[in-house]
Amino acid sequence: MYFGIWLTLLVCTFITYKAAFLELGRFNAAVALGIATFKATLVALFFMHVYHASEKLTKLVVIGVLFFLMLLLGLTMSDYATRLWS
Amino acid sequence: MADSSLTPVHEHHGEAHAAHNPALLHHFAEPQQQRDAASLGMWVFLATEVMFFGGLFCAYLIYRRWYFGDFGAASKSIDATLGATNTAVLICSSLTVVLAVWAAQTARKTLLIAMLGITMLLGLAFLGIKGVEYKDKFEEHHVPGASFSFENVPIPGHPGEFANPRHAQIFFSLYFVMTGLHALHMIIGLGIFTWLFVMAWKGRFTPEWNTPVEIGGLYWHFVDIVWIYLFPLLYLIDRHP
Repeated sequence: MYFGIWLTLLVCTFITYKAAFLELGRFNAAVALGIATFKATLVALFFMHVYHASEKLTKLVVIGVLFFLMLLLGLTMSDYATRLWS
Repeated sequence: MADSSLTPVHEHHGEAHAAHNPALLHHFAEPQQQRDAASLGMWVFLATEVMFFGGLFCAYLIYRRWYFGDFGAASKSIDATLGATNTAVLICSSLTVVLAVWAAQTARKTLLIAMLGITMLLGLAFLGIKGVEYKDKFEEHHVPGASFSFENVPIPGHPGEFANPRHAQIFFSLYFVMTGLHALHMIIGLGIFTWLFVMAWKGRFTPEWNTPVEIGGLYWHFVDIVWIYLFPLLYLIDRHP
């Protein structure tokens, strides 16, 4: 299973590298960040064993840190994105 | 008086040692609980690391929105192929780390030593490629500071417009701080893995006790995840013609 995850990660890296050179307009950033999030999720779930974690507290810490990171990025960007620049 | 009260405690202590697994510390009820406590502690530390890097990612997002074209022009000057190669190198090192953890849990000493060694070689390869990249940036005068120069660089998608060097300098400041901090984490990781390698060589890890391999591995994977986000954000923006 580890080799399958490894191969998927390498293929995703190749796809994100190639996709960056295509003209996708606003979707370039969305594709790049989407693939990055997919890869990070695979590493956390299977390489860092969150999926098979015997301790629910570990999962709580992971969900908690994602929540606070989204709070940081979400609130900051919702402020900057809704300001009027002269 | 004092002697008589101490002696039974010592005797009891000795019996307790004999009765339980020597790898199990006294304040844990069972080996599984001890492993879970160590891994939970590492996860809490990694949570603080996520917020630490999160602040830098937040700064990046704000400036990327403000100086959109300038960031595109600056990002295009970095070698994306070196970045992609380094991503592949780190992903391979993550594979060798999980194999090392598995080897430690299943008492495969030779495999454990080999995997820890390959992981360290891949980590050094990553830092070497990073060094080549930094050298290019120094030679091109793209390092923020007195000799910074970014004149007449076209903005991608806007023919006839040129990037503002002051704004490009902010991109390179973020580039050096984020990749530099990541490289520092790699160097600390190599230190941890050197220690794991020595311990594995001495045969200290058993299926009952291999916590350092497991939580050292968690750290290595976290550094990999940071790079998985740094790669598209710093190397791959506005590459398309």
